[in-house]
Amino acid sequence: MNAPLDKSMRKPKARALDFKQGRVDMSHGAGGRAMAQLIEELFVGQFDNAILNREHDAAMFELPPGRVVMSTDTFVVSPLFFPGGNIGSLAVHGTVNDLAMGGGVPKYLTAGFILEEGFPLSDLAEIVKSMAKAAREAGVAIVTGDTKVVERGKGDGIFINTAGVGVVPDGIDVCGDRARPGDIVLVSGTLGDHGVAVMSKRENLSFSTEILSDSQSLNDLVADMLASVPGMRVLRDPTRGGLAATLNEIAHQSGVGVELTESAIPIRGEVKSACELLGLDPLYVANEGKLIAICPPEDAERLLAIMQAHPKGREAAIVGRVLDDARCFVRMKTQLGGARMVDWLAGEQLPRIC
Amino acid sequence: MKYIEEFRNAELAQGLSCAIAAAVDPQRIYRFMEFCGGHTHAIARYGVEDLLPTNVRMIHGPGCPVCVLPVGRVDEAVALATQHDVILCTYADLMRVPGTNYESLIKARSKGADVRMVYSTLDALKIAADNPEREVVFFAIGFETTTPPTASAIKQAQARGLKNFSVYCNHVLTPAAMRAILGAYTDEGAPNVILDGFVGPAHVSAVIGMRPYEEFTRDYKKPVVIAGFEPLDVMQAVLQLIRQTNEGRADVENEYARAVTLEGNLKAQALTAEVFELRDSFEWRGLGAVPLSALQIRPEFAAFDAEKRFRVEVPNPKENKACACGEILRGEKTPTQCKIFGTVCTPDNPMGACMVSSEGACAAHWTYGRFREAPLLEKSA
Repeated sequence: MNAPLDKSMRKPKARALDFKQGRVDMSHGAGGRAMAQLIEELFVGQFDNAILNREHDAAMFELPPGRVVMSTDTFVVSPLFFPGGNIGSLAVHGTVNDLAMGGGVPKYLTAGFILEEGFPLSDLAEIVKSMAKAAREAGVAIVTGDTKVVERGKGDGIFINTAGVGVVPDGIDVCGDRARPGDIVLVSGTLGDHGVAVMSKRENLSFSTEILSDSQSLNDLVADMLASVPGMRVLRDPTRGGLAATLNEIAHQSGVGVELTESAIPIRGEVKSACELLGLDPLYVANEGKLIAICPPEDAERLLAIMQAHPKGREAAIVGRVLDDARCFVRMKTQLGGARMVDWLAGEQLPRIC
Repeated sequence: MKYIEEFRNAELAQGLSCAIAAAVDPQRIYRFMEFCGGHTHAIARYGVEDLLPTNVRMIHGPGCPVCVLPVGRVDEAVALATQHDVILCTYADLMRVPGTNYESLIKARSKGADVRMVYSTLDALKIAADNPEREVVFFAIGFETTTPPTASAIKQAQARGLKNFSVYCNHVLTPAAMRAILGAYTDEGAPNVILDGFVGPAHVSAVIGMRPYEEFTRDYKKPVVIAGFEPLDVMQAVLQLIRQTNEGRADVENEYARAVTLEGNLKAQALTAEVFELRDSFEWRGLGAVPLSALQIRPEFAAFDAEKRFRVEVPNPKENKACACGEILRGEKTPTQCKIFGTVCTPDNPMGACMVSSEGACAAHWTYGRFREAPLLEKSA
């Protein structure tokens, strides 16, 4: 009489989740059956990998030899869906790119969700599907996660945190403190696309533009770059605060100055126009699928060719050089023929851009 | 962008730079005031100074709307937002301007006041329409350019019967400020600021036209060249000012002919005159009380006048004593001559309004130009 019960008897389920009309309610974060159902039908179903499917509280895995890189990022972008992506794909790209900028090969991600009561399950499903697709494309697995629900009015639909680990191959050492005078500064493509795409959908200033967010994972591009130029000094993705903020950070970390050439910086005409209209400087506008690379001068032309040969670096360009400057100023030769500082961002240019 | 990029062209800039160098008399110093913050910003952002001879000096004027707003008015904005439970709408730049004891609208917001950043008066009207149970006050600032949109908002509110919408009016007038600068003398009877001419406002002139500047050429013998906000506009205006100075002329010239006409925008002028009237006197930061220098809402529109609807009392407005915004706004000091420039006062922690707005002389110099103070020491290639 001790025949094992089948799985459905141990874990009786309500009706399948209604991903068309249903909404998140407090029970989806309460730790009971409703939460288990959401995890199983949506998260496990979509992220589908052997480590996650064991449904243990902690993911267990082995890493290939090498130094481990680890990063975490939280996403609060508004609006949640924007031209070229949504908060889900962004959450995967953001952490994958942070790992790649450490010279790492991204391997595993975690995903934490804070959902607001009443959030449509259809939106949640679309976001989770985008995450799963982005993870597959980047070659990473989402191996553990967490779901919390907050009362209506205490969140803004959905916030997502992702953390990730990756492995840095031997012989690679890229870090923001390694820029040296004489080094060359490159960018992988046009700047400001993400910020302008998101802004174009903001409730209070919607304007029509063809610009799509550049949100994409860059680990494949980075792999090609490091294979060709293992002596790479710095890789960084210019997200919040754009090229300007990121270069100022690097200049301070490395104790150097940077000189940009304005006419060499690739920016789409539509992005320039939108920034002109909104009173923004495109150098400060966020990117989610571009990188800054700093390499020794003798590697620069080779690196540029490698980047331009990759689909994610076709519009790559050499935009400046590293200077000996104890004040750590980032300055720029203007297109007009003068010079100016490209300073740290003061205050807040675009809130909730990622 | 095509029609904008053309006014940032490097080859044309080089040509103008050479023409200016050829036109200047090396024996003298030329001092021109760019009235508008928009010009100040363009000069700093594009590095125009690098293309001018060293004996051509640009003096930054008071044409930055948030910079000239006196501390008392900032305090009143904070009081409106905190004491009257209104939704206070304003343009972004004003949010961070410090009032007495460094209070600002952005700090008031963090303490719970409902302060909203808007891009246009239409946004404020929409907020009023969407929140019929709340009082919505638009804190209006700016020169003649932003005045017609405020007038239009008041007329629309009237037409739509929006009883919860009102305007706290701080609109000011450009010619009055120019007059105040030219009319200020030291105790010894010398002019406070030595000027050879003005780069005249761009957008303001599109509204008011060229005639209002005739008094400066006639009564003060100062040339005025109205210029657009692009760097080549500024350089062309400087060249014209140098020529007028050399020839001993003082005329109103219009470099910005693509937008400015002799009469200006008559429709906008009529709209402004319908809704606003002159104030007897208005306090300016830096210039003090200037007679007939600002506008107030006409009695016919009193229902939309927040100054009449709300009792706002501000005890003792106090400016930071070390702050030299006043002298800087009058063109008597450069930003670096202020004791707290770049030490206590930076864009992240502004003590004075000139460090807040991107059009402020201090913010422009700090953000774009401060590398010039100590030239780069380059050891390697």
